Amino acid sequence: MEIVVLLKQVPATESYIGIADDGVSIKTDDIKWVINPYDEYAVEEALRIKEAHGGTVTILSVGPQKATETIRTALAMGADQGILVNDPTIATRDGLSIARILAAVLKSIPFDLIIAGQRAIDDDNFLVGTAVAELLGIPNISLIIKEDIADGKIKCHRTIEGGTVVIESPLPALITTQRGLNEPRYASLPGIMKAKKKPLDVKTIMDIELDRAQETASVTRIVALKLPSERKGGRIIQGDSARAKAAELVRLLREEAKVL
Amino acid sequence: MSQGVLVISELSDRVFRKVTFEAMSEGRRIADHMKGNLATVVIGSGIETVANELKKYGADKIILVDDPTLSEYMTDSYTNVLADIITKEKPDVLILGASAQGKDLSARLSARLNAPLAMDGVAIRVDNESLIVTRPLYGGKILADVRLEGKPQIIAIRPNSMSITECENAGLMKSWDPVVGKTDLRFIEKQVETGKVELTEADVVVSGGRGMGSNNFSILEELAGLLKGAVGASRSAVDEGWRPHSDQVGQTGKVVSPGLYFACGISGAIQHLAGMSTSKIIVAINKDPDAPIFSKADYGIVGDLFELVPLISEEIRKIKQ
Repeated sequence: MEIVVLLKQVPATESYIGIADDGVSIKTDDIKWVINPYDEYAVEEALRIKEAHGGTVTILSVGPQKATETIRTALAMGADQGILVNDPTIATRDGLSIARILAAVLKSIPFDLIIAGQRAIDDDNFLVGTAVAELLGIPNISLIIKEDIADGKIKCHRTIEGGTVVIESPLPALITTQRGLNEPRYASLPGIMKAKKKPLDVKTIMDIELDRAQETASVTRIVALKLPSERKGGRIIQGDSARAKAAELVRLLREEAKVL
Repeated sequence: MSQGVLVISELSDRVFRKVTFEAMSEGRRIADHMKGNLATVVIGSGIETVANELKKYGADKIILVDDPTLSEYMTDSYTNVLADIITKEKPDVLILGASAQGKDLSARLSARLNAPLAMDGVAIRVDNESLIVTRPLYGGKILADVRLEGKPQIIAIRPNSMSITECENAGLMKSWDPVVGKTDLRFIEKQVETGKVELTEADVVVSGGRGMGSNNFSILEELAGLLKGAVGASRSAVDEGWRPHSDQVGQTGKVVSPGLYFACGISGAIQHLAGMSTSKIIVAINKDPDAPIFSKADYGIVGDLFELVPLISEEIRKIKQ
């Protein structure tokens, strides 16, 4: 079983995000970079499938040179090899453009299953994995919390509003992860040592053949970033008793906020 | 003349999702702005009666795709059918809800049609021929205005972020013969909890955090039930195993923007705030007067949530009588 995991390096969730002077990108000075949490589930699931069915796990990422650090982390978790498409301009690309790069690389390597995070928690696009499947002409099942592979098919539990749907797909296919799929393992010390010797192929964006006409025909461009309007702390409700406070809150919600 | 706007409506067991009405209302507004038409696709099985409901939201044309093979959303069959409709109808703008279905479908259509997509749009404005869509990044820590260059411009709108406006229109209904094409995916079964209000679509959300101390959320369920709302949870409550992952509100869970949000026993970590700070009114109940959540809340009560929440329910019951 050849498994490819699509991985993105993102700012850790505890990061404060500020706007850079150009107005369309973020300040990156004090950011701690990590594996996108949904991609961590993808790595873990790939390792579990490999343990059950054999095969290799390849990590594929597009990003700046420092994204090799997150690929090494995935290799330390147990993945076999990594590929980075070194693209310093990734921050200016839209999701479809990144999907085209990933699809172009995937066309040159073998795969039975591709696993991606449902979204990257930086641009929250929910786009790249699904778009890669479309560009490769293979089926996708998104937002999965469980999968079973047998007889060349994968059966997945996909989460929807208020429930789940069970769907089966022939392989090769692409699936995207949802929280609840697994608990990602930590990289062990021997794992970290071994990861240093595992193959990591760094390609440059110039090695990838992209269709210029297609690239310019569809662009989603950030024209401005802004901070959400700052919420001001409101009032702390006072009262002689818990009952008095509760009654005052309900009165305010009804008469002042008009939400009841 | 502009070809106008096409809205892909969404049914859940033959009932429209609320976000469909939000998409229709927004679609009507944009179509008027661009002096184009508003068309909508209703896709499913046995749906002709329910499709008429969309006339209330100003559809000039309702494209009815009623076929037994389309009773359940499947990525491949729906993408094939809709890509065919879009190619023939040539809308300038395509709007749908950013639901589990809408996110999957819009991404696939964007790649198939090589068309720009703004996911989870919370506001749309028309700027000459193209649209500027505001969408949250980093779980809502920042907002981006994005310009869509290409056709059709696809916008998946975030549930609960745009208003619903009714607008009677004598729209015509047109049956469409679906081109289902080659499909690989096979539907096996679906399990949906009936009567449960979906977190992202709820008008009221009552969330509990570490301060709940256990998996007993019954007082929150009671309050949510009274207000026809949904129960949410902070990441720590989910990590403790007190609530399912699907209830998690925050940067790595669901982002909600209800009219009223109760944060009970939630300190207010940045990841949680990212997931709920666009709520219209926030109420915080916490024992710790220094909890960061109070700086984001419109109303705060310092105290024991186990004492306060049942009293709040009692007071609400009084005014509901």
